[in-house]
Amino acid sequence: MAETNRDLHLESLTKNFGDFTAVRDLTLTVPNGTFFALLGPSGCGKTTTLRMVAGLEDPTQGRIRIGDQDVTRLRPYKRPVNTVFQSYALFPHLTIFENVAFGLRRRGVKDYKQKTLDMIDLVQLGPYAGRKPAQLSGGQQQRVALGRALINEPGVLLLDEPLGALDLKLRRQMQIELKRIQTEIGVTFVHVTHDQEEAMTMADTIAVMNHGVIEQMGAPDDLYENPVTTFVANFLGQSNLIMTDIIDSSGPEVVVDCQGQKIGVAAERCHAQGRKAWLGIRPEKIFASHVGEAERTDSNVLAGGRISDVSFIGVSTQYLVAMPWDQELMVFEQNTGRRPLFKNGDEVDLSWSSEHAFLLDADQDAHAGMMRPEDKE
Amino acid sequence: MATDVRAPAAAGKPAGPVRTPRKNPARWFSDHVILMIGILVLVYMFVPIGYIFALSFNQPTGKSANAQFEAFTWNNWSSVCDPEGLCDSLKLSIEVSITATIFATLLGTLMAFALVRHSFRGRGLSNLLIFLPMATPEVVMGSSLLAMFVSVGMDGVLGFLTIVIAHVLFCLSFVVVTVKARLVGMDSRLEQAAMDLYANEWQTFRLVTLPLAMPGIVAAALLSFSLSFDDFIVTNFTAGQSVTFPLYVYGAKLKDFPPQLFVVGSIMFLVSFVFVVAGEIYRRRRVRAWT
Amino acid sequence: MSHGVLPSAGPEDPVVVDGEVARRRGWGWLLLVPGMLYLAVFFVFPTIQLFLTSLYDPSGSYVTGYNLTWHFANYVDAIRDTWNLFVRSFIYAGIATFVCLMLGYPLAYAIAFKAGRWKNFMLVLVIAPFFTSFLLRTLSWRTILADEGPVAHFLRTIQILPDNGRLLATPVAVIAGLIYNFMPFMTLPLFASLDKVDYRLIEAAGDLYSSPLSGFRRVTMPLSLPGVVSGTLLCFIPACGDYINAELLGTPKQYMVGNRIQAAFLTEHNYPLAASLSLILMAVVVVMVIIYVRRVGTEELV
Repeated sequence: MAETNRDLHLESLTKNFGDFTAVRDLTLTVPNGTFFALLGPSGCGKTTTLRMVAGLEDPTQGRIRIGDQDVTRLRPYKRPVNTVFQSYALFPHLTIFENVAFGLRRRGVKDYKQKTLDMIDLVQLGPYAGRKPAQLSGGQQQRVALGRALINEPGVLLLDEPLGALDLKLRRQMQIELKRIQTEIGVTFVHVTHDQEEAMTMADTIAVMNHGVIEQMGAPDDLYENPVTTFVANFLGQSNLIMTDIIDSSGPEVVVDCQGQKIGVAAERCHAQGRKAWLGIRPEKIFASHVGEAERTDSNVLAGGRISDVSFIGVSTQYLVAMPWDQELMVFEQNTGRRPLFKNGDEVDLSWSSEHAFLLDADQDAHAGMMRPEDKE
Repeated sequence: MATDVRAPAAAGKPAGPVRTPRKNPARWFSDHVILMIGILVLVYMFVPIGYIFALSFNQPTGKSANAQFEAFTWNNWSSVCDPEGLCDSLKLSIEVSITATIFATLLGTLMAFALVRHSFRGRGLSNLLIFLPMATPEVVMGSSLLAMFVSVGMDGVLGFLTIVIAHVLFCLSFVVVTVKARLVGMDSRLEQAAMDLYANEWQTFRLVTLPLAMPGIVAAALLSFSLSFDDFIVTNFTAGQSVTFPLYVYGAKLKDFPPQLFVVGSIMFLVSFVFVVAGEIYRRRRVRAWT
Repeated sequence: MSHGVLPSAGPEDPVVVDGEVARRRGWGWLLLVPGMLYLAVFFVFPTIQLFLTSLYDPSGSYVTGYNLTWHFANYVDAIRDTWNLFVRSFIYAGIATFVCLMLGYPLAYAIAFKAGRWKNFMLVLVIAPFFTSFLLRTLSWRTILADEGPVAHFLRTIQILPDNGRLLATPVAVIAGLIYNFMPFMTLPLFASLDKVDYRLIEAAGDLYSSPLSGFRRVTMPLSLPGVVSGTLLCFIPACGDYINAELLGTPKQYMVGNRIQAAFLTEHNYPLAASLSLILMAVVVVMVIIYVRRVGTEELV
C-alpha cells in the first residue's frame, strides 16, 4: 500500500564542510515502502546524506520532505525518522528493555511495556531483556538496535552500514532477515552500504554515489546490466572496457570500430557523446571459443585473443585473454562441464550478444570505481 | 612467544604474555625483578603509615610524643576529642571540604563539558588558564590570595569563606582534568541516538550524558575532597584565625604533641581505604553480574 | 579514503571524526564562563596584584602603608639576597624528582605490565598514603629518621654515617621527605602513559631479536616519554615551592625559597620582598610549562 504522502524527497541537497563538498546537489525520491540502498565507496557522501535525513547534520542547501512535511530544519527528535547506527549506539547503562523502550517513553506512549516485550520477542531476544548491551554478541546487539528503531513505526528507517561489523555468515543471514522484515512491515528502508553485493541482494532501488553525486539510480539489474558511467560499470561487478571509435550512430545499432574490428551495440545502451567511446562488456557475458568456431551468428566477435591466465575457482573459471592491442580482457565461464577448459596459450575468439555490451563516454576514467586493496573497509 | 597448552586451565594467571613456567631461579628473578622493586617501593610508601598507626597507640610520657614508642594504650582511641580544639578543627575541615567540593565539582564539570563538546575560539588559552593553578606553587597561590583579601579590606574576616574560596580555586583544575578524561572517552553517537529516538536536548543530557559522565564526576568530587581536606599551605595563608585539621597539626607540633592526632590520621586512612576498596568490590560485582 | 580536500583543522573548524562532525554550537562556550570568571577573579587578578605588590616601595610597612613606586629594584634585591635559596630549592627539587623517577618508573612499569589482576589494587596502594594528612606523614618521618631511631642506628652500624652523624636536620632528610611526598605525582602519570603502550609492541621487539634491555630502551621508554615529562613537571614544580619538609625535617640551613616567602609574608610582613620572590618562582614555573607546551601542545595540558 504505497501512500504517496509518505515518500521521502531529497531536493537539491548540498552539504559543505568548509572547502570540502561532501554532498553536491542531490535530488532523489524514495517511494514509500521500498527498500532503497545508497551505495558507494567510503567518503562518497552517503553517510552524510543519511545523517541529513536523520537530522544529525544540517544541509548547506536544499530541502528534505517526507510526504508533504518539510523536515529540513526540524530537530532529529521531531522527525518521523529513526536510525540504526553503524556501531549500534546502544545505551550501555540501560538494559535491553530500556533501550528498546526508549523512543516510546520519550513520546509518552502509555502501554510501552507490552509493545517493548513484543518487539524484543520479534527480534528473538526474549530471554535477554534484562541484560546490558555489553553482555550481548555483535549480532544480538544489532537486532536490539533494529528493534529499538522499528518499534517507533517511523516513516523512514535509516540504516548506516549496520551489517559491517558482522562476520560473513551472520551478515548473509541478517541480509535475508532485514529484507524479510522490511517486506512484512512495509516501512521505507534507506540502507547505506559500500558492499555492492549487499545492496543488490536487498534493495528494490539502488543509488550509486561517488564524490557527493549520484552516478546512477535504478533497480539492481538495470544498474548492473546497463551502467551509464565507468564508475558504475566497475563498482558493480566487473567490466571490460575497450577504447573504440564510433562509426555510425544512426541506426538501431551503434557501430563502433573496436581496435580494427567492427562491433555493434544496441542504440539504447549507448551513453557516449563524441566520436570515441568505451566499449563495455561484462566478463560473464563473453563466450570464448576456438578460432573460427564462434557459435552465435547475431553476436559480436572479437578475434585474435590468446589465453594468458587460467584461474580455476571451482564454480567458474576465470580467464585472462591477451588481445592484439595490448589489453587483457577478463572472461568468466561457469564450469558446466560440457566442454573442456582452455589452456594457457590457446588462441580464441571472443563473442557476445549485442544486447549485453554498452558504450560509455570516452573521457571517463576507465579505472573509476575499481576496488583497490587499500579501499577495502 | 611460547604457547602453554595448560594456559586455559590456569584461570588465576595474571594477564600478559603466556610463558612456559621456568624452573630456573635466576630466570625467575629476572622475570620478576621489576615487580619486586615495585613492591619494595610500595612498602617504602607505607612505612610512615605504619608509624602513624603504631604511634596512635603510644602513651606519651611527657617528652615529645613522636620520638619514641613508649607504652601501649587504648586511651588515645577512646578519648579522641580530648585535646582542645581537635574535634572543632575536624568539623571545620569537613565543612570546608564539602562546600568547596560542591562548588569546584559544579564549576569544573561545566568547564569540562564546554572544553570537550564545543569548539570555540580561545581554546588554547582556556586550557592554559585552567592548567596554571595546578602548576602554581602553593606558596604563590596562598600569598597572592592573602594579598588580595587584604587589599579589599577583608583581612578582618578571614575564615570559612576565604578558605573555601581558596580551596575551590585549586580543586577546580583537578575536577576539569578528571571529568574531561571521562568525557573524552564517551561516544558522542550515543547522544545522537537519543535525539534520533525523540529525546530533546535536556532529556538527552539527563538520561544519557549525565549517567555516563557520572563516574568521572564522582571521581572528581572525591579527588577534590581529599585535596581540600589535606591542604595546609594555602589554608595557612587564608585562614586567619580559623583552624582546620592540618592547621591544628601544624600548630600542635610546637607544644606537646597529642597522640590523638595519630588516631585521627589512622581513622582517616581506614575510612578512605574502606571506601575505595568497597567501591572496587562494588564495581567488580557489577561486572561479574553481567557475565 | 578518497575524501578530497579536507579543511585544515584549526580551533574554530569543526572536527571531522569518522566522517561525522562534532557539533558546533554557538552557545557552548557559555558553560565555560562561570569557571573562567572564578579563575579570573581569584587567580588572574590576585596574580596581577601580587605583581604590583612586588613593585611597592620597600620602605613601606603594614603600619605606614605602601606606595606603588614601580620599584623594580625589589627584584634585584630579592635575587641578590636569596639566590642561594633558589639554587638550593632547585637542587633539592631536582634530586627529589630524579629519585622519584628512578623509583617511580619501575613501580609504574610493574603495575602496568606485571600486576595482572592486582593492577587496580596496586594503584589504590599508590595513592593510599595520601589518605592521611601529609603533615602527619612528614612528622612520622621525623620519628623514623630521628637520631635514636632505627634507620640512623642501622646506618651508623654499617658505617655509612659517622658515629655522631645524624639524618634529621640534614639535607638528606629534607630531600627524603620531598621524595616521599611527591612520589605519587610521578608514578601516576608514568603509569597512565605506560598503560597506553600496547604490550604487543614490546613483544614484537623481542621477536625482532632485541634483548629485553634494548627493547626497553628503544620501544618502551620513548613511548612512555609523555608520562615522564608530565610526571617530572608535576613533581618538580611543587617541590620547588615546598617548605613543610624543610621546616619539619631540616634546620634553617636547609630552608628553601618557600620558607623564605612564608616568613616574609606572615612573620615579617615584608610584602614587596615576598611578592617578588613569589613571582620569580612563578616565572620559572611558567617558563618550564611553556617549554612543555611548545613540544606537546595545549590540548594535553588539561
